[in-house]
Amino acid sequence: MSQDIYFEDVTEGMEIPIIEKNPTTQQLVKYAGASGDFYQIHYDMEYAKNNGLPGVILHGALKNAFLGQLITDWIGPTGKLKKLEVQYKGMDLPGAPVFAKGIVSKINDNNTVNCDIWLETDNGEKTTVGKAVVQLPTK
Amino acid sequence: MSKSSIPESLTNSIGTESIKMSNDIEKGAIRRFAEAIEDNNPVYTDEEYAKNLGYRNVITPPTFLRSVQTNPLPEHIKSPYSAVVDGGSVWEYFEPVCAGDKISTVLKFEQVFEREGRLGNMIFLIKITKYTNQLEELVATQATTSITYEPKKED
Repeated sequence: MSQDIYFEDVTEGMEIPIIEKNPTTQQLVKYAGASGDFYQIHYDMEYAKNNGLPGVILHGALKNAFLGQLITDWIGPTGKLKKLEVQYKGMDLPGAPVFAKGIVSKINDNNTVNCDIWLETDNGEKTTVGKAVVQLPTK
Repeated sequence: MSKSSIPESLTNSIGTESIKMSNDIEKGAIRRFAEAIEDNNPVYTDEEYAKNLGYRNVITPPTFLRSVQTNPLPEHIKSPYSAVVDGGSVWEYFEPVCAGDKISTVLKFEQVFEREGRLGNMIFLIKITKYTNQLEELVATQATTSITYEPKKED
């Protein structure tokens, strides 16, 4: 959990603390159950391979959740997430780490800031990209 | 201008909404969701902690509403193509969602367009879910993009 972060402390280009996730097939099954998304490409290896995939792949929405946590961990309990936008660019497979990253892209005058956010693999490929808008408390 | 692959019945259905559905937001479901995404923020599981922050109860992680159901759109609102991939989401948040809330959902068919790409002709369907709580407050919206295409047959 992070400390409170104030609007005045934020500058353009500032990096958001990275979070690392290590998704496993077990996590995909838990996410399927918790979210109600039972598309078989996320837990049935044979089904995934018959659909031309290298194996079971992460749910896009799980990657969306990782990017949500990137922001909520950063802004802490007093900041507010106003907008969260993600686009899926590539597949991620369980068993490999993913890193949620972001930078502050713009400071607005209504105590909100825009961020560019993305999910990156071990070799630097951005498999999910997006944007977030957060509202921060003032001093 | 080349001929569109989008059926007219689809274009004519833009703006169609699903029948409203009411969902109970359960504390246990929030806990399981937070566990599944491996986010151990106590605001999702510790009622006292959440109440000290001024919430009615534990709140939901930003993408939790993904697990909240909607009624389907009429059956004819679907792509003529059989394969679908999730293109992404745009969430907007207005009010917190807490355990014990009743969230009504309405799914709206917002837009359809096509593009040529590496999967051939692709039809994009954009749908928006509106989430409203028991106080009649709009709490969030989620726009999702489904990318549909016809898989190439392998010989």
